[in-house]
Amino acid sequence: MKLFIFAIAAFLITACSSNEPTSLPIMGEREAIEKVIDGKTVIDTLYLTIPSFSFINQDSIVVTDKDFDGKIYVADFFFTSCPSICPVMHRNMLKVYEKFKGNPDVKIISHTIDYKYDTPSVLKRYATKLGIEGTQWEFLRGTKDSVYTIAEQNYLVAVQEDNSADDHAGLVHQGWFVLIDKEKRLRGTGYDGTDEKQVDKLISDIQILLDEYKTK
Amino acid sequence: MKNKAILVFCSIIIIFILFNSCQTEQDIIYARYYVNGKGFYEQHCQNCHSKDGLGLQALIPPLTDSIFLIKNKNKLACFVKQGMDHAIIINGKLYEGNMPAQTHLANIDIAAVITYVTNSFGNNQGLYDVKSADADLETCD
Repeated sequence: MKLFIFAIAAFLITACSSNEPTSLPIMGEREAIEKVIDGKTVIDTLYLTIPSFSFINQDSIVVTDKDFDGKIYVADFFFTSCPSICPVMHRNMLKVYEKFKGNPDVKIISHTIDYKYDTPSVLKRYATKLGIEGTQWEFLRGTKDSVYTIAEQNYLVAVQEDNSADDHAGLVHQGWFVLIDKEKRLRGTGYDGTDEKQVDKLISDIQILLDEYKTK
Repeated sequence: MKNKAILVFCSIIIIFILFNSCQTEQDIIYARYYVNGKGFYEQHCQNCHSKDGLGLQALIPPLTDSIFLIKNKNKLACFVKQGMDHAIIINGKLYEGNMPAQTHLANIDIAAVITYVTNSFGNNQGLYDVKSADADLETCD
């Protein structure tokens, strides 16, 4: 009888510990394409990827998608004078930054959606006050169109100008953090940047993604 | 004889418990301000100043500088109501950001939030009631 209980207990313990995910899903729309390899037609899946881009960072240096080749990165959308959700988002993003500080495989992008006010010098001042040195965490500025388009079509984050909103400058944006892999595919969306628990989940997901590349 | 001793002992304990369980009216008023203030803080202040009142790096000042809060006790209501657009020094560090105004808050709500802040995060200044808020708000620029 004792042995039986012991066996059940052992089974339950192992059943629980096997729930840990070892890889992350690939997100976004996908389509199947036919390719001809060595004379044979094979079907390949084309995933939503982040297209090429070119923005200016806090050091007034041009940053493009090439700078993120072979990097895992987290992206969000904010503006420096935002009084509502941005401080709490970046308080949480700071946790991500501290966790992976100095890791050459991990970067962070914060896109400003306030093209008029957030010039590189304003972004630099903001970054410095946040305690960010170097360019592991990039604060990027682009034209309104380019930023809004990449936000909605590629990172799947809604941003808009809404003059009826009482938010500063009539700018509205969602507080999602988005996780992108080394092939520029979406591997995690919908981490609420204002929720500490979901940011902890993001941190563990980044680790899972890093481990995925390690074992390849 | 033994029973009598137990009876006396129990009576003393009961009187002691009753005496301690009654809050004074002042305590109840304070508790009401504090609890309401916590609610307003979570709604209007916490995103920037954070749950533990520590602010955000060099961008947003913490609310832990008791000396600043004591020195500026009569100005706090105006800070909340009108926001701030000038630099301040908190815990010896300079903060230059703007604080948004909360003009929609009633005087009693402002008093509640100040009671909460000045009695949390290591501060301990007691009740700041609506009469004080009314008077202090008269002096805003």
